[in-house]
Amino acid sequence: MSIVYDWLIAPFAEFGFMQRALGGAILLSISACPVGVFLMLRRMSLSGDAMAHAILPGAAVGFLFYGLELIPMTLGGLAAGVVVALGAGSVSRLTIQKEDASMAAFYLISLALGVLIVSLRGSNVDLMHVLFGTVLALNDEALTLIGTITVVTLVALAIFWRALVAECLDPLFLRSVSRLGPPVHFIFLGLVVLNLVGGFQALGTLLAVGLMMLPAAAARFWTTRVEPMCLLAVAIGIFSCLGGLLLSYHASLASGPSIILLAGVVYILSTLIGPRGILATRIRPSLHRTA
Amino acid sequence: MSDCVTFRNLTLGYHRHPAVHHLDGAIRKGSLTAVVGANGSGKSTLMKGIVGVLKPLSGSCAVKAGTSLAYLPQQSELDRSFPARVVDLVSLGLWPRRGLLGRHRAEDRKAVANALSAVGLEGFEKRPLDSLSGGQLQRSLFARVLVQDADLILLDEPFNAIDARTVMDLIALIGRWHGEGRTVVVVVHDLDLVREHFPEALLLAREPVAWGDARATLSPENLLRARRFHEAWDENSPWCGPGPAPGSGAEAHTSSTFGDRTAA
Repeated sequence: MSIVYDWLIAPFAEFGFMQRALGGAILLSISACPVGVFLMLRRMSLSGDAMAHAILPGAAVGFLFYGLELIPMTLGGLAAGVVVALGAGSVSRLTIQKEDASMAAFYLISLALGVLIVSLRGSNVDLMHVLFGTVLALNDEALTLIGTITVVTLVALAIFWRALVAECLDPLFLRSVSRLGPPVHFIFLGLVVLNLVGGFQALGTLLAVGLMMLPAAAARFWTTRVEPMCLLAVAIGIFSCLGGLLLSYHASLASGPSIILLAGVVYILSTLIGPRGILATRIRPSLHRTA
Repeated sequence: MSDCVTFRNLTLGYHRHPAVHHLDGAIRKGSLTAVVGANGSGKSTLMKGIVGVLKPLSGSCAVKAGTSLAYLPQQSELDRSFPARVVDLVSLGLWPRRGLLGRHRAEDRKAVANALSAVGLEGFEKRPLDSLSGGQLQRSLFARVLVQDADLILLDEPFNAIDARTVMDLIALIGRWHGEGRTVVVVVHDLDLVREHFPEALLLAREPVAWGDARATLSPENLLRARRFHEAWDENSPWCGPGPAPGSGAEAHTSSTFGDRTAA
Protein backbone atom coordinates (compact mmCIF):
# COMPACT_ATOMS: atom_id res chain seq x y z
CA MET A 1 0.00 0.00 0.00
CA SER A 2 2.78 2.36 0.91
CA ILE A 3 4.44 1.67 -2.43
CA VAL A 4 1.30 2.81 -4.23
CA TYR A 5 1.23 5.87 -2.05
CA ASP A 6 4.90 6.63 -2.62
CA TRP A 7 4.64 6.23 -6.35
CA LEU A 8 1.26 7.71 -7.17
CA ILE A 9 0.11 10.00 -4.38
CA ALA A 10 3.11 11.34 -2.50
CA PRO A 11 4.54 13.45 -5.32
CA PHE A 12 1.30 15.39 -5.51
CA ALA A 13 0.56 15.37 -1.78
CA GLU A 14 3.96 16.66 -0.80
CA PHE A 15 4.75 19.19 -3.48
CA GLY A 16 2.60 22.20 -4.31
CA PHE A 17 4.19 22.65 -7.70
CA MET A 18 3.20 19.08 -8.64
CA GLN A 19 -0.38 19.75 -7.56
CA ARG A 20 -0.56 22.87 -9.65
CA ALA A 21 1.04 21.15 -12.61
CA LEU A 22 -1.49 18.33 -12.39
CA GLY A 23 -4.42 20.71 -11.96
CA GLY A 24 -3.38 22.84 -14.92
CA ALA A 25 -2.72 19.84 -17.14
CA ILE A 26 -6.08 18.24 -16.30
CA LEU A 27 -7.96 21.46 -16.97
CA LEU A 28 -6.13 21.77 -20.25
CA SER A 29 -6.99 18.18 -21.21
CA ILE A 30 -10.70 18.77 -20.53
CA SER A 31 -10.60 21.83 -22.75
CA ALA A 32 -8.09 21.13 -25.51
CA CYS A 33 -8.82 17.46 -26.27
CA PRO A 34 -12.39 17.95 -27.60
CA VAL A 35 -11.11 20.88 -29.67
CA GLY A 36 -8.41 18.54 -30.99
CA VAL A 37 -11.05 15.96 -31.97
CA PHE A 38 -12.79 18.50 -34.20
CA LEU A 39 -9.50 19.73 -35.63
CA MET A 40 -8.69 16.16 -36.57
CA LEU A 41 -12.14 15.47 -38.02
CA ARG A 42 -11.87 18.62 -40.16
CA ARG A 43 -8.52 17.34 -41.46
CA MET A 44 -6.86 20.31 -39.82
CA SER A 45 -4.58 18.35 -37.50
CA LEU A 46 -1.52 20.14 -38.78
CA SER A 47 -3.28 23.48 -38.50
CA GLY A 48 -2.97 23.12 -34.74
CA ASP A 49 0.76 22.92 -35.14
CA ALA A 50 0.73 25.88 -37.53
CA MET A 51 -1.42 27.93 -35.17
CA ALA A 52 0.95 27.19 -32.31
CA HIS A 53 3.76 28.71 -34.33
CA ALA A 54 1.55 31.59 -35.37
CA ILE A 55 1.09 32.54 -31.72
CA LEU A 56 4.82 33.07 -31.29
CA PRO A 57 5.25 36.65 -32.56
CA GLY A 58 2.45 37.92 -30.32
CA ALA A 59 3.94 36.19 -27.32
CA ALA A 60 7.34 37.46 -28.40
CA VAL A 61 6.14 41.05 -28.50
CA GLY A 62 4.83 40.61 -24.96
CA PHE A 63 8.15 39.04 -23.99
CA LEU A 64 10.10 41.87 -25.64
CA PHE A 65 8.34 44.58 -23.66
CA TYR A 66 7.58 42.88 -20.38
CA GLY A 67 9.92 39.86 -20.14
CA LEU A 68 8.58 36.50 -19.06
CA GLU A 69 5.23 37.77 -17.82
CA LEU A 70 2.02 35.81 -18.19
CA ILE A 71 -0.57 38.43 -19.11
CA PRO A 72 1.31 40.34 -21.85
CA MET A 73 2.56 37.15 -23.48
CA THR A 74 -0.90 35.60 -23.36
CA LEU A 75 -2.66 38.62 -24.80
CA GLY A 76 0.01 38.98 -27.47
CA GLY A 77 -0.31 35.31 -28.37
CA LEU A 78 -4.09 35.56 -28.54
CA ALA A 79 -3.92 38.59 -30.79
CA ALA A 80 -1.41 37.00 -33.17
CA GLY A 81 -3.38 33.74 -33.23
CA VAL A 82 -6.65 35.48 -34.04
CA VAL A 83 -5.03 37.53 -36.82
CA VAL A 84 -3.57 34.41 -38.42
CA ALA A 85 -6.81 32.42 -37.97
CA LEU A 86 -8.88 35.19 -39.51
CA GLY A 87 -6.39 35.72 -42.33
CA ALA A 88 -6.04 32.05 -43.21
CA GLY A 89 -9.77 31.40 -42.73
CA SER A 90 -10.75 34.34 -44.92
CA VAL A 91 -8.38 33.41 -47.74
CA SER A 92 -9.72 29.85 -47.78
CA ARG A 93 -13.36 30.98 -47.63
CA LEU A 94 -13.08 33.76 -50.22
CA THR A 95 -10.65 32.29 -52.73
CA ILE A 96 -9.99 28.90 -54.32
CA GLN A 97 -7.01 28.32 -52.04
CA LYS A 98 -7.61 25.62 -49.45
CA GLU A 99 -7.10 26.12 -45.75
CA ASP A 100 -3.89 24.05 -45.55
CA ALA A 101 -2.05 26.34 -47.97
CA SER A 102 -3.32 29.63 -46.56
CA MET A 103 -2.62 28.45 -43.02
CA ALA A 104 0.92 27.45 -44.00
CA ALA A 105 1.55 30.83 -45.60
CA PHE A 106 0.27 32.82 -42.64
CA TYR A 107 1.99 30.77 -39.97
CA LEU A 108 5.35 30.89 -41.73
CA ILE A 109 5.17 34.67 -41.94
CA SER A 110 4.17 34.76 -38.31
CA LEU A 111 6.86 32.36 -37.15
CA ALA A 112 9.63 34.24 -38.92
CA LEU A 113 8.41 37.45 -37.36
CA GLY A 114 8.32 35.80 -33.94
CA VAL A 115 11.85 34.43 -34.10
CA LEU A 116 13.07 37.81 -35.31
CA ILE A 117 11.43 39.58 -32.38
CA VAL A 118 12.73 37.08 -29.81
CA SER A 119 16.26 37.46 -31.21
CA LEU A 120 16.07 41.22 -30.65
CA ARG A 121 16.33 40.56 -26.96
CA GLY A 122 17.59 37.74 -24.82
CA SER A 123 19.44 34.56 -25.52
CA ASN A 124 18.33 31.26 -27.00
CA VAL A 125 17.65 30.04 -23.49
CA ASP A 126 14.72 32.44 -23.33
CA LEU A 127 13.48 31.19 -26.68
CA MET A 128 13.65 27.62 -25.43
CA HIS A 129 11.65 28.71 -22.41
CA VAL A 130 8.94 30.17 -24.61
CA LEU A 131 8.91 27.15 -26.90
CA PHE A 132 9.04 24.34 -24.37
CA GLY A 133 7.07 25.71 -21.47
CA THR A 134 7.16 25.39 -17.76
CA VAL A 135 4.53 22.98 -16.50
CA LEU A 136 6.36 22.61 -13.18
CA ALA A 137 6.39 26.37 -12.63
CA LEU A 138 2.68 27.12 -13.01
CA ASN A 139 1.71 29.93 -10.65
CA ASP A 140 -1.80 30.74 -9.48
CA GLU A 141 -2.12 33.40 -12.14
CA ALA A 142 -1.48 30.86 -14.89
CA LEU A 143 -3.83 28.34 -13.30
CA THR A 144 -6.60 30.94 -13.23
CA LEU A 145 -5.96 31.67 -16.89
CA ILE A 146 -6.14 28.00 -17.85
CA GLY A 147 -9.28 27.55 -15.73
CA THR A 148 -10.95 30.47 -17.48
CA ILE A 149 -10.01 29.11 -20.88
CA THR A 150 -11.47 25.73 -19.94
CA VAL A 151 -14.78 27.26 -18.88
CA VAL A 152 -15.00 29.45 -22.01
CA THR A 153 -14.22 26.47 -24.25
CA LEU A 154 -16.74 24.14 -22.63
CA VAL A 155 -19.50 26.75 -22.73
CA ALA A 156 -18.77 27.58 -26.38
CA LEU A 157 -18.70 23.88 -27.32
CA ALA A 158 -22.00 23.28 -25.52
CA ILE A 159 -23.72 26.17 -27.29
CA PHE A 160 -22.37 25.55 -30.77
CA TRP A 161 -22.09 21.77 -30.63
CA ARG A 162 -24.86 21.06 -33.14
CA ALA A 163 -23.60 23.67 -35.59
CA LEU A 164 -20.03 22.46 -35.25
CA VAL A 165 -21.05 18.86 -35.98
CA ALA A 166 -23.19 19.99 -38.93
CA GLU A 167 -20.37 22.16 -40.29
CA CYS A 168 -17.98 19.21 -40.16
CA LEU A 169 -20.42 16.58 -41.40
CA ASP A 170 -22.17 18.48 -44.18
CA PRO A 171 -21.20 22.16 -44.56
CA LEU A 172 -23.36 22.73 -47.64
CA PHE A 173 -26.41 21.49 -45.76
CA LEU A 174 -25.71 23.88 -42.90
CA ARG A 175 -25.46 26.72 -45.39
CA SER A 176 -28.85 25.80 -46.84
CA VAL A 177 -30.63 25.93 -43.47
CA SER A 178 -28.66 28.47 -41.46
CA ARG A 179 -26.20 31.30 -41.65
CA LEU A 180 -24.16 29.93 -38.76
CA GLY A 181 -21.62 28.10 -40.94
CA PRO A 182 -18.95 30.80 -41.36
CA PRO A 183 -19.27 32.22 -37.80
CA VAL A 184 -19.01 28.75 -36.31
CA HIS A 185 -15.84 28.11 -38.29
CA PHE A 186 -14.25 31.25 -36.89
CA ILE A 187 -15.50 30.61 -33.36
CA PHE A 188 -13.91 27.20 -33.61
CA LEU A 189 -10.61 28.65 -34.82
CA GLY A 190 -10.84 31.06 -31.89
CA LEU A 191 -11.15 28.12 -29.51
CA VAL A 192 -8.09 26.53 -31.09
CA VAL A 193 -6.08 29.70 -30.52
CA LEU A 194 -7.39 30.08 -26.97
CA ASN A 195 -6.42 26.54 -26.02
CA LEU A 196 -3.02 26.77 -27.62
CA VAL A 197 -2.35 29.95 -25.68
CA GLY A 198 -3.45 28.14 -22.52
CA GLY A 199 -1.28 25.15 -23.36
CA PHE A 200 1.65 27.33 -24.19
CA GLN A 201 1.70 28.47 -20.58
CA ALA A 202 1.68 24.93 -19.28
CA LEU A 203 3.65 23.02 -21.85
CA GLY A 204 5.08 25.52 -24.30
CA THR A 205 3.88 26.28 -27.79
CA LEU A 206 5.21 23.12 -29.36
CA LEU A 207 3.96 20.62 -26.82
CA ALA A 208 0.57 22.32 -26.39
CA VAL A 209 -0.33 20.96 -29.81
CA GLY A 210 0.63 17.48 -28.67
CA LEU A 211 -1.89 17.47 -25.84
CA MET A 212 -4.52 18.80 -28.26
CA MET A 213 -3.90 16.34 -31.10
CA LEU A 214 -2.45 13.07 -29.77
CA PRO A 215 -5.38 12.07 -27.50
CA ALA A 216 -7.81 13.02 -30.27
CA ALA A 217 -5.90 10.99 -32.85
CA ALA A 218 -5.76 8.03 -30.46
CA ALA A 219 -9.49 8.21 -29.63
CA ARG A 220 -10.33 7.97 -33.37
CA PHE A 221 -9.45 4.28 -33.32
CA TRP A 222 -11.88 3.33 -30.58
CA THR A 223 -15.31 4.69 -31.46
CA THR A 224 -17.55 5.65 -34.39
CA ARG A 225 -19.37 8.52 -32.70
CA VAL A 226 -18.11 11.98 -32.02
CA GLU A 227 -19.44 12.40 -28.46
CA PRO A 228 -17.69 9.34 -26.96
CA MET A 229 -14.65 10.24 -29.04
CA CYS A 230 -14.36 13.59 -27.27
CA LEU A 231 -14.83 12.01 -23.83
CA LEU A 232 -12.26 9.34 -24.58
CA ALA A 233 -9.79 11.95 -25.81
CA VAL A 234 -10.21 13.85 -22.55
CA ALA A 235 -9.62 10.64 -20.58
CA ILE A 236 -6.48 9.85 -22.57
CA GLY A 237 -5.31 13.43 -22.06
CA ILE A 238 -5.78 13.28 -18.30
CA PHE A 239 -4.12 9.88 -18.10
CA SER A 240 -1.13 11.19 -20.08
CA CYS A 241 -0.78 14.22 -17.86
CA LEU A 242 -0.96 12.19 -14.66
CA GLY A 243 1.38 9.49 -15.92
CA GLY A 244 3.74 11.93 -17.58
CA LEU A 245 4.13 14.04 -14.44
CA LEU A 246 4.79 10.95 -12.30
CA LEU A 247 7.26 9.69 -14.85
CA SER A 248 9.09 12.97 -14.90
CA TYR A 249 9.10 13.11 -11.09
CA HIS A 250 10.44 9.61 -10.50
CA ALA A 251 12.83 9.39 -13.43
CA SER A 252 13.91 13.02 -13.38
CA LEU A 253 12.75 13.58 -16.95
CA ALA A 254 11.55 16.81 -18.52
CA SER A 255 7.86 17.04 -17.67
CA GLY A 256 6.32 18.44 -20.87
CA PRO A 257 7.89 15.88 -23.21
CA SER A 258 7.06 13.08 -20.72
CA ILE A 259 3.36 13.96 -20.92
CA ILE A 260 3.37 14.15 -24.70
CA LEU A 261 5.41 10.98 -25.13
CA LEU A 262 2.99 9.08 -22.92
CA ALA A 263 0.13 10.35 -25.07
CA GLY A 264 2.21 9.20 -28.03
CA VAL A 265 2.46 5.70 -26.57
CA VAL A 266 -1.34 5.61 -26.14
CA TYR A 267 -1.66 6.71 -29.76
CA ILE A 268 0.65 3.99 -31.09
CA LEU A 269 -1.15 1.34 -29.02
CA SER A 270 -4.50 2.61 -30.27
CA THR A 271 -3.43 2.40 -33.91
CA LEU A 272 -2.50 -1.21 -33.26
CA ILE A 273 -5.18 -2.61 -30.97
CA GLY A 274 -8.14 -0.20 -31.25
CA PRO A 275 -11.35 -1.69 -32.74
CA ARG A 276 -10.74 0.46 -35.81
CA GLY A 277 -6.98 0.02 -35.68
CA ILE A 278 -4.54 -1.91 -37.82
CA LEU A 279 -4.91 -5.36 -36.29
CA ALA A 280 -8.71 -5.31 -36.19
CA THR A 281 -9.02 -4.25 -39.83
CA ARG A 282 -6.22 -6.42 -41.23
CA ILE A 283 -6.75 -9.76 -39.56
CA ARG A 284 -9.01 -11.98 -41.63
CA PRO A 285 -11.80 -13.32 -39.43
CA SER A 286 -12.24 -17.08 -39.38
CA LEU A 287 -16.03 -16.78 -39.71
CA HIS A 288 -18.40 -14.36 -41.35
CA ARG A 289 -22.13 -13.91 -40.99
CA THR A 290 -24.77 -14.74 -43.55
CA ALA A 291 -26.09 -11.15 -43.70
CA MET B 1 -52.06 29.44 -57.53
CA SER B 2 -49.35 31.77 -56.34
CA ASP B 3 -45.72 31.67 -57.32
CA CYS B 4 -43.16 30.05 -55.07
CA VAL B 5 -39.99 31.12 -56.86
CA THR B 6 -39.82 34.07 -59.26
CA PHE B 7 -36.99 34.64 -61.74
CA ARG B 8 -36.60 38.13 -63.19
CA ASN B 9 -34.06 38.31 -66.00
CA LEU B 10 -31.88 36.07 -63.85
CA THR B 11 -28.29 35.50 -64.91
CA LEU B 12 -26.14 33.22 -62.78
CA GLY B 13 -22.58 32.30 -63.52
CA TYR B 14 -18.95 32.14 -62.62
CA HIS B 15 -16.21 34.67 -63.39
CA ARG B 16 -18.65 36.81 -65.37
CA HIS B 17 -19.49 33.96 -67.70
CA PRO B 18 -23.16 33.07 -67.55
CA ALA B 19 -24.19 29.52 -66.69
CA VAL B 20 -27.88 30.44 -66.58
CA HIS B 21 -28.65 33.30 -68.93
CA HIS B 22 -31.63 35.68 -68.77
CA LEU B 23 -34.16 33.41 -67.14
CA ASP B 24 -37.65 34.83 -66.66
CA GLY B 25 -40.58 33.04 -65.18
CA ALA B 26 -41.88 31.46 -62.03
CA ILE B 27 -42.23 28.14 -60.32
CA ARG B 28 -45.80 27.86 -59.08
CA LYS B 29 -46.53 26.84 -55.55
CA GLY B 30 -47.36 23.15 -55.43
CA SER B 31 -45.88 22.37 -58.84
CA LEU B 32 -43.60 19.46 -59.69
CA THR B 33 -40.96 20.50 -62.19
CA ALA B 34 -38.11 18.58 -63.81
CA VAL B 35 -35.07 20.58 -64.88
CA VAL B 36 -33.51 19.02 -67.95
CA GLY B 37 -30.46 19.80 -70.07
CA ALA B 38 -27.02 18.65 -71.16
CA ASN B 39 -23.88 18.79 -68.99
CA GLY B 40 -22.97 22.38 -68.30
CA SER B 41 -26.38 23.70 -69.28
CA GLY B 42 -26.88 25.42 -65.93
CA LYS B 43 -29.14 23.04 -64.05
CA SER B 44 -27.14 22.79 -60.85
CA THR B 45 -26.26 26.47 -61.05
CA LEU B 46 -29.96 27.31 -61.13
CA MET B 47 -30.52 25.20 -58.02
CA LYS B 48 -27.67 26.97 -56.20
CA GLY B 49 -29.19 30.29 -57.24
CA ILE B 50 -32.57 29.35 -55.74
CA VAL B 51 -30.96 28.13 -52.51
CA GLY B 52 -28.97 31.36 -52.39
CA VAL B 53 -25.47 29.90 -52.12
CA LEU B 54 -24.71 31.55 -55.50
CA LYS B 55 -25.49 35.24 -55.97
CA PRO B 56 -26.87 36.39 -59.35
CA LEU B 57 -24.60 38.19 -61.84
CA SER B 58 -27.69 40.20 -62.74
CA GLY B 59 -31.44 40.03 -62.34
CA SER B 60 -33.05 38.40 -59.36
CA CYS B 61 -34.27 35.10 -58.02
CA ALA B 62 -36.84 35.52 -55.28
CA VAL B 63 -38.18 32.75 -53.09
CA LYS B 64 -41.55 33.71 -51.60
CA ALA B 65 -41.11 34.99 -48.08
CA GLY B 66 -41.69 32.40 -45.38
CA THR B 67 -40.99 29.44 -47.65
CA SER B 68 -38.91 26.76 -45.98
CA LEU B 69 -36.47 25.06 -48.28
CA ALA B 70 -34.78 21.68 -48.47
CA TYR B 71 -31.89 21.14 -50.87
CA LEU B 72 -30.21 17.92 -51.90
CA PRO B 73 -27.10 18.93 -53.85
CA GLN B 74 -25.59 16.92 -56.68
CA GLN B 75 -22.13 17.07 -55.23
CA SER B 76 -22.69 16.71 -51.56
CA GLU B 77 -19.99 18.13 -49.36
CA LEU B 78 -20.89 15.40 -46.91
CA ASP B 79 -17.85 14.00 -45.10
CA ARG B 80 -18.53 10.27 -45.00
CA SER B 81 -15.57 9.60 -42.75
CA PHE B 82 -17.08 11.78 -40.00
CA PRO B 83 -17.89 9.60 -36.99
CA ALA B 84 -21.67 9.75 -37.15
CA ARG B 85 -24.52 7.29 -37.52
CA VAL B 86 -27.35 7.32 -40.04
CA VAL B 87 -29.69 8.64 -37.38
CA ASP B 88 -27.33 11.56 -36.69
CA LEU B 89 -27.28 12.50 -40.37
CA VAL B 90 -31.05 12.31 -40.74
CA SER B 91 -31.53 14.25 -37.49
CA LEU B 92 -29.75 17.21 -39.08
CA GLY B 93 -33.05 17.67 -40.92
CA LEU B 94 -34.56 18.78 -37.60
CA TRP B 95 -32.53 22.00 -37.79
CA PRO B 96 -35.34 24.16 -39.25
CA ARG B 97 -37.60 23.02 -36.40
CA ARG B 98 -35.19 22.97 -33.46
CA GLY B 99 -32.32 25.18 -34.55
CA LEU B 100 -29.07 25.37 -32.68
CA LEU B 101 -30.21 24.82 -29.13
CA GLY B 102 -33.71 23.31 -29.17
CA ARG B 103 -33.93 19.88 -27.59
CA HIS B 104 -34.87 16.99 -29.82
CA ARG B 105 -38.16 15.66 -28.44
CA ALA B 106 -39.87 12.30 -28.65
CA GLU B 107 -41.93 13.48 -31.63
CA ASP B 108 -38.73 14.51 -33.43
CA ARG B 109 -37.20 11.09 -32.90
CA LYS B 110 -40.42 9.59 -34.22
CA ALA B 111 -40.24 11.82 -37.32
CA VAL B 112 -36.70 10.61 -37.95
CA ALA B 113 -37.73 6.96 -37.50
CA ASN B 114 -40.69 7.46 -39.86
CA ALA B 115 -38.47 9.08 -42.47
CA LEU B 116 -36.02 6.20 -42.32
CA SER B 117 -38.78 3.65 -42.78
CA ALA B 118 -40.25 5.71 -45.65
CA VAL B 119 -36.98 5.29 -47.58
CA GLY B 120 -36.65 1.64 -46.57
CA LEU B 121 -33.83 2.10 -44.11
CA GLU B 122 -35.39 0.69 -40.95
CA GLY B 123 -32.72 -0.94 -38.85
CA PHE B 124 -30.00 1.30 -40.27
CA GLU B 125 -30.27 3.88 -37.47
CA LYS B 126 -27.02 2.97 -35.76
CA ARG B 127 -24.98 2.17 -38.84
CA PRO B 128 -21.88 4.38 -39.23
CA LEU B 129 -21.99 6.53 -42.36
CA ASP B 130 -18.81 5.03 -43.78
CA SER B 131 -20.47 1.60 -43.88
CA LEU B 132 -23.28 2.68 -46.24
CA SER B 133 -23.45 1.97 -49.96
CA GLY B 134 -23.92 4.90 -52.34
CA GLY B 135 -27.63 4.16 -52.74
CA GLN B 136 -28.17 3.77 -49.01
CA LEU B 137 -26.49 7.11 -48.40
CA GLN B 138 -28.67 8.76 -51.03
CA ARG B 139 -31.76 7.30 -49.36
CA SER B 140 -30.53 8.63 -46.00
CA LEU B 141 -30.27 12.07 -47.57
CA PHE B 142 -33.83 11.69 -48.88
CA ALA B 143 -34.87 10.81 -45.35
CA ARG B 144 -33.25 14.02 -44.15
CA VAL B 145 -35.23 15.98 -46.73
CA LEU B 146 -38.37 14.24 -45.42
CA VAL B 147 -37.55 15.28 -41.87
CA GLN B 148 -36.97 18.87 -42.98
CA ASP B 149 -40.65 19.01 -43.86
CA ALA B 150 -40.01 21.91 -46.27
CA ASP B 151 -42.42 23.81 -48.55
CA LEU B 152 -39.91 23.94 -51.41
CA ILE B 153 -37.80 20.88 -52.18
CA LEU B 154 -34.84 21.05 -54.58
CA LEU B 155 -33.22 17.78 -55.65
CA ASP B 156 -30.15 17.91 -57.89
CA GLU B 157 -29.71 14.67 -59.84
CA PRO B 158 -30.96 12.54 -56.97
CA PHE B 159 -31.09 9.36 -59.06
CA ASN B 160 -27.43 9.12 -59.99
CA ALA B 161 -25.99 5.69 -59.29
CA ILE B 162 -29.28 4.50 -57.87
CA ASP B 163 -30.74 1.13 -58.87
CA ALA B 164 -34.05 0.97 -60.75
CA ARG B 165 -36.11 -0.24 -57.81
CA THR B 166 -34.83 2.49 -55.54
CA VAL B 167 -35.48 5.12 -58.23
CA MET B 168 -39.11 4.04 -58.31
CA ASP B 169 -39.29 4.23 -54.50
CA LEU B 170 -37.85 7.73 -54.56
CA ILE B 171 -40.17 8.78 -57.41
CA ALA B 172 -43.08 7.60 -55.29
CA LEU B 173 -41.79 9.74 -52.44
CA ILE B 174 -41.55 12.76 -54.75
CA GLY B 175 -45.11 12.07 -55.88
CA ARG B 176 -46.20 12.02 -52.24
CA TRP B 177 -44.58 15.43 -51.65
CA HIS B 178 -46.34 16.75 -54.74
CA GLY B 179 -49.62 15.39 -53.42
CA GLU B 180 -49.06 17.16 -50.11
CA GLY B 181 -48.93 20.49 -51.96
CA ARG B 182 -45.19 21.01 -51.66
CA THR B 183 -43.26 22.62 -54.49
CA VAL B 184 -40.70 20.21 -55.90
CA VAL B 185 -37.94 20.89 -58.44
CA VAL B 186 -35.78 17.97 -59.58
CA VAL B 187 -32.80 17.91 -61.93
CA VAL B 188 -33.18 14.74 -64.00
CA HIS B 189 -31.26 13.22 -66.92
CA ASP B 190 -33.62 10.40 -67.81
CA LEU B 191 -36.10 11.98 -70.26
CA ASP B 192 -38.49 9.01 -70.18
CA LEU B 193 -38.68 9.37 -66.42
CA VAL B 194 -39.56 13.03 -66.87
CA ARG B 195 -42.27 12.35 -69.46
CA GLU B 196 -43.83 9.72 -67.26
CA HIS B 197 -43.67 11.24 -63.80
CA PHE B 198 -43.29 15.02 -64.07
CA PRO B 199 -46.13 17.33 -65.08
CA GLU B 200 -43.79 20.20 -65.95
CA ALA B 201 -40.28 20.58 -67.26
CA LEU B 202 -37.74 23.33 -67.80
CA LEU B 203 -35.28 22.65 -70.61
CA LEU B 204 -32.05 24.55 -70.14
CA ALA B 205 -29.15 25.12 -72.50
CA ARG B 206 -27.67 28.01 -70.55
CA GLU B 207 -30.63 29.93 -71.97
CA PRO B 208 -34.06 28.59 -71.15
CA VAL B 209 -35.10 26.68 -74.30
CA ALA B 210 -38.59 25.71 -73.25
CA TRP B 211 -40.63 25.61 -70.06
CA GLY B 212 -44.06 24.21 -69.45
CA ASP B 213 -45.89 20.93 -69.91
CA ALA B 214 -43.25 18.21 -69.72
CA ARG B 215 -44.15 16.31 -72.92
CA ALA B 216 -44.42 19.52 -74.96
CA THR B 217 -41.16 20.86 -73.53
CA LEU B 218 -39.31 17.68 -74.43
CA SER B 219 -40.41 17.73 -78.06
CA PRO B 220 -37.81 16.66 -80.63
CA GLU B 221 -37.53 20.24 -81.95
CA ASN B 222 -36.78 21.67 -78.50
CA LEU B 223 -34.28 18.93 -77.70
CA LEU B 224 -32.51 19.61 -81.00
CA ARG B 225 -32.36 23.32 -80.21
CA ALA B 226 -31.00 22.57 -76.76
CA ARG B 227 -28.29 20.40 -78.26
CA ARG B 228 -26.91 23.27 -80.34
CA PHE B 229 -25.47 25.23 -77.46
CA HIS B 230 -21.75 25.34 -76.90
CA GLU B 231 -20.68 24.19 -73.48
CA ALA B 232 -17.31 25.93 -73.46
CA TRP B 233 -16.80 29.51 -72.38
CA ASP B 234 -15.55 31.93 -74.97
CA GLU B 235 -13.06 34.28 -73.35
CA ASN B 236 -13.59 36.74 -76.18
CA SER B 237 -17.35 36.64 -76.35
CA PRO B 238 -18.83 40.14 -76.36
CA TRP B 239 -20.35 41.76 -73.27
CA CYS B 240 -24.03 41.08 -72.92
CA GLY B 241 -26.42 44.02 -73.38
CA PRO B 242 -25.34 47.67 -73.31
CA GLY B 243 -22.32 46.60 -71.30
CA PRO B 244 -19.49 48.80 -70.13
CA ALA B 245 -16.11 49.02 -71.71
CA PRO B 246 -14.04 45.95 -70.86
CA GLY B 247 -12.28 46.26 -67.55
CA SER B 248 -14.48 49.01 -66.22
CA GLY B 249 -15.39 46.80 -63.31
CA ALA B 250 -19.13 47.20 -63.64
CA GLU B 251 -21.53 44.28 -63.25
CA ALA B 252 -21.41 43.13 -66.84
CA HIS B 253 -21.18 39.56 -68.05
CA THR B 254 -20.25 38.08 -71.38
CA SER B 255 -23.01 36.89 -73.65
CA SER B 256 -23.38 33.21 -74.27
CA THR B 257 -22.64 31.70 -77.62
CA PHE B 258 -26.11 30.26 -77.87
CA GLY B 259 -27.79 31.95 -80.82
CA ASP B 260 -31.49 32.70 -80.92
CA ARG B 261 -33.08 33.16 -77.55
CA THR B 262 -36.49 31.59 -77.49
CA ALA B 263 -37.77 31.16 -73.99
CA ALA B 264 -41.18 29.60 -73.94
